[in-house]
Order: sequence, then structure tokens, then C-alpha cells
Amino acid sequence: MSIKQNRYTSLQLIFLVLLRFLIGWHILYEGIAKLLNPGWSSSGFLKESQWILSGFAKWVTSNPDILSVVDFLNTWGLIAIGLGLIMGLFFRVAAISGFLLLVVYYLNCPPLLGLEYSLPADGSNLVVNKTLIEAIALVVLALFSTSKIFGLDAFIGKRRKKGGTKK
Amino acid sequence: MNDQNMPEQEDNNQKQGMPRRTMLKALAGVPVVGLLGFEVWKKRGYDLDKQRAVVKELGLDSIQYPVSDYGKTTSSGDMIRVGFIGFGTRATQLSNALGFMHPLDVKKKQGSNAFNDWMQQEYLNVAVTGICDVFDLHAEKGLATVGNDIRPGGKDASKLPVKRYLTYQEMLADKDIDAVIIATPDHHHARISIDAAKAGKHVYCEKSVALHEDELNELYNTVKSSGIVYQLGHQITQSVVFQQAKEIVKRDILGKITLVETTSNRNTAEGAWIRHLDANGNPKPGDETTIDWKQWLGNTPYVPFSADRFYSWTKWFAYDHGMIGQLFTHEFDAVNQLLRIGIPKSVVSSGGIYYWKDNREMPDSLHCVFEYPERELTLLYSGNLASGRSRGRVFMGHDASMELGNNIIINADRNSTKYKQGIASGLIDTSSPMLTYNPGAGQIDAVTSASEKYYASRGLTTTTLNGRPVDVTHLHLREWLNCIRNGGTPSVNIDMAYQEGIAGIMAHLSYVEKRRVEWDEVNKKIV
Repeated sequence: MSIKQNRYTSLQLIFLVLLRFLIGWHILYEGIAKLLNPGWSSSGFLKESQWILSGFAKWVTSNPDILSVVDFLNTWGLIAIGLGLIMGLFFRVAAISGFLLLVVYYLNCPPLLGLEYSLPADGSNLVVNKTLIEAIALVVLALFSTSKIFGLDAFIGKRRKKGGTKK
Repeated sequence: MNDQNMPEQEDNNQKQGMPRRTMLKALAGVPVVGLLGFEVWKKRGYDLDKQRAVVKELGLDSIQYPVSDYGKTTSSGDMIRVGFIGFGTRATQLSNALGFMHPLDVKKKQGSNAFNDWMQQEYLNVAVTGICDVFDLHAEKGLATVGNDIRPGGKDASKLPVKRYLTYQEMLADKDIDAVIIATPDHHHARISIDAAKAGKHVYCEKSVALHEDELNELYNTVKSSGIVYQLGHQITQSVVFQQAKEIVKRDILGKITLVETTSNRNTAEGAWIRHLDANGNPKPGDETTIDWKQWLGNTPYVPFSADRFYSWTKWFAYDHGMIGQLFTHEFDAVNQLLRIGIPKSVVSSGGIYYWKDNREMPDSLHCVFEYPERELTLLYSGNLASGRSRGRVFMGHDASMELGNNIIINADRNSTKYKQGIASGLIDTSSPMLTYNPGAGQIDAVTSASEKYYASRGLTTTTLNGRPVDVTHLHLREWLNCIRNGGTPSVNIDMAYQEGIAGIMAHLSYVEKRRVEWDEVNKKIV
């Protein structure tokens, strides 16, 4: 797989890398925006939580210490994932972490029939929303990795190969 | 398409290290991160400029917020010995605010955040040395509450023996009591306050201050000549948000205010004062063997014992002024603290019993209009007990309106004179709040994003001091105790209480007598 994955045409490569940059940009800026806003907290979002993770959300929001840990991890997690995606560093780890984080977002507030939210939705959604699409796109990106060509993982790959750890 | 991107081909060059072309490709993300950084920097500059411009336009750039000394000083001075007169639901909250909790409540709440915050409350250096209640069960609850060692201050907290008094007169005669907290039904408030002031005891009294004009006058004169510290129980002024609202009014952000709209919006049986049944629908405890009914009635006309009256006294005019006494008083105090409007020139009230058709006298829909021709201002109160739709508390000025609750939301008026230029230039957007103050964030923000606008409209239940939620009633009691120790006048002193009392009595008379009631400023009389 590690050899086959990189057998891309130029067009395939261009758009895979572009998608990687765009999602990375989005996630990195989400993290930076939270970092720059001292009043930001995930409690507003978590209070909206209605589906299978609502119990978890309630537990987090009812405890300020846990909430601040979640806020910290969320902000810096987003920044690390965003940087990983754009720079192509530890790309698979970043993409899969991003996928998991986005799935958590999705499961907290899925646009399912019968669940009403007080926050306005970003467009018209039914079952599928942009968060879910972005999450799945990250899995696709992880499967069609470009970080060893356009990314810092190239160095890691080379060094490993030099060290004789070639799989 | 060729396969030039296959790493195998590049591997051929490995022996000389990485080729420049491969290396450059590996760094492709760097310019992207750089561009994002540049955009973030630009956006931040834009946001800050815009916020600064709005804040400057409003003259808020030089604003100074008072720094609270909460938690930074230890309670100096002598310990104050406090007696509770009346130990029902409100007294339970007051005792928590004072630093005492019933063992059963401790057991129930231990480990929760609310409990931890409570344990962090400043130790007020008080001992409760007396409990007085006409109901044995309540008195016993009071004794257990104030005798509990688990409290802010811990085991080092001063402790004195607690005595139960069967009548408040006995408590007032005891020299071992310095101050009393009155949390009885409203028909006792004025009488007990007067007697306490005469006995030289400091008074913290729950609203309403008095039900009749003559007792209010007597109370006012007695407190004025006694030198005791009197505080009426309107804790709302202690909220940090309130201090900000004061600043906003002082700086004339709203322009000329001609209308203040205050409301109460409830839609439950409990909220409509149907309280003689417990959560399971069973009658609450108490009968004539455990309740001193005669003493409970006080000066009101005799009626046979009734658990309904004992628990749901607000429903009858003999014991209270209904929504005026229980809810409007808070609204009036909030407005009077901000605008110092004082006693209205006239009041017209109207309403009826439209939903809760039980044995009540108090209306469940009530609307009162208070006129202040000299201030060129109308104060409106509209209370309803059969709809929970939130209507807020709004100060309407020519240039902007301010909704004041647990937070502050200020909207510029699209026809404002003062902000005409700002609106025309696009600096001020009239379709969304111009300013909000959220106590959690700790600063005034010009609102920039949709979600911020949304969160601004949600309130908090306590005020935030030094990053911790603090009970406002605790702060209100603390202010009272500090005035007793160090002198000074509490926020809701006897003058404020008097103005509020007169306004409330006028509104009540207007409803009962179905007429416009006026204040004779010269003779200091309701006519």
C-alpha cells in the first residue's frame, strides 16, 4: 500500500493536495480563532448537544475543571491537526484525529429529524451536514496520502528508509 | 499522464541526500501556513480597529471598572450575632448565603460544583444565635442548619449556642442578638422591622418593605432616628452586570430615556403561589398543634387555620400585594438603583384573575403604569402568571435601548441622533446588538459574530467575581454586615426602601380601588 498510494496522476495529486490544504486551513483557523477569543468556551456548543453524546456533553459542561480541559484540548487539538494536514507532518495521525474530532462534533448535534437546535444551522441539512462530509473527506485523504510528496512526512519517510526500516 | 511522482524514482537520488526539487515539494505547506498567518493577522487588526472605533464612539474607552475587594479581605472587626425571624424557604437560601447549610442539603449537594463554590464563599464572621418561627418544623430546620459545622470557614468558624425563641419579641429583648434577618410572610415585615429598630437591632428584611402607608411611615421614621443599619433584600444590585449598567447609564449611551419596561413572566403553579402541596401532590406538613396560628396571623383579620394560607399567603391581600410585593419590588429596585427615579407622581394599575381561578385575591395578570412627569419618564410593569414568554427588562432611550438581565444587550436605535453618523458610515449596525456585556467574559465587547450575539442573549444565574460564581444574596448580606461593622450605607437603605414601598402601595391601591392614585409631594401622602 505504501508504494501504490503515491502512484497519482498530476491532476489527482493537485486536487488531493488542494483538498488537504483547504481542510487543514479550515481546522487550523477554527483552532486559532478559539485561541484568540478569550471568552470562547465549548459550553455553548455542548449545551446544544442532543443525541447520543448529550450525557457526555452535560457531564463536561456541569464541571468547570473538565470543561476547561476540554476547551484546551479542543483548541490545541484543532491547531495541531490543522498544521499536520497543511504541512503534511504525521499526516495520517492528523487526518484520523481530525476525522474522530469531527465525528464527535457531528454526533453532538446531528441534523436528524426531530432534533431541534436553537443555534442557526449552516445551510439546510438532513442527516448529512458539512461536518460529516469533512470528516469523511479526511478519511479519504488519509487513504490517498500525499504527505510524502508534498509534505514534511517526506523527510520522515526518507530517514526511515535510510535507517533500514523500510516496510 | 506520466508517473513522475512515484517515490521509487526519487529514491535513485538518495545517495546524494534529498534532491532540491523533492525537498521544496515537501515544504509545500509552509507558504499555505504563512498565508493563513497573514490573513489571521489582518483579520485581527480589522476586528480590533472596529471594536476600538465602536467603544470610542460610545465614550467607553476610558471606562474604569470598580475592583471588588471580595475574598481579598478577611472579615475584620467583631463577630456579629444574628437572629433569624422566620425560617421558611427564603430563610434557607439566606442562611446558605450567610454560610450555613442544613446537613441533609450538604449530603445531597456534596461533590457538586454548586457546593464547592459555596464552600469557597467568603467567611463572614457571623454566628447565628437565635431562630424564631411559629412553625416547630421550620424552627427545628433552622437550628439544624445553623448548627452544622460544614461551612465556609470550617471548624475554625466562630460558634455560639443557638437559641429558639417562640416569639420575635423575646428575641428582640435578648441582648445577645446584634442583628436580625426577617424572612417572614410580608404582613409582618414592617411591624417586626419597627420593633427591631426600636430595640437597636440591625435589620435585613426581605421585600416587601411594608403593606400599608402608615406602617411604612412609622418604619421610615423609626429607622432614621435609631441609627441601625437597614437593608432591604434586593440582591440584584450586587451583580457585577449591574455595576456595568450603572456605568452605561452614567455615560449616557442610551440618550434620553423616556420609557422603562419591566416584566414578570411565569407559567407554573409554584410560580403562581400554589404551594400548599409537595412535589408528589400531598399536603405539606403543619397543623394547629405545630403552628402558632394566632401569632402567624398577627394584626390581620382572624380566619380559621388554613394550610393553604400558611404556605400560599401571597394569594391574599391581607398578607401581601401579590405580584407587586413579590416581583415588581425587584423590578422597581433595579430601575431605581440605576436611574434614581424615586416616588412616581401617579400610578394606574389594571389586571384580573384570568387563569388561576382558585380562591385567590391577587390578580394573575397585572399591569401598572408609573408616571414621572418631572423626569419625563414612564415606568411600565407588566406581570403575567400564565405565560412564560420572556419579555426582559428594557430601558428605552432615544439613541439606544438596553436590555438588562443577567447580561446587558444594547441596541442602537436606527433613528438615533447621537449615532446618526456612526450608523450612516456602517460603524454601528442597528440590526444587531451594538454592545453586550457578559459577566463571564469580564469585559465589554463590541459584538462581531453571529454566535457571540446568540450567546449574549443567554444569561447566568450568579455573578462572577475573581473568576468564580458567587451568590448575589451572599454579597448583599456581606454589604449589610460590613456597614454594621464599619459604618456606611447599604445599597437598599431605608430611603430606597421607602420610595419602593410607596410606589408599591400606590400600585396596589390603584388595582384594588380601580382608580388613578397620586403622590402628594408636599404633604408626603398618597392621594
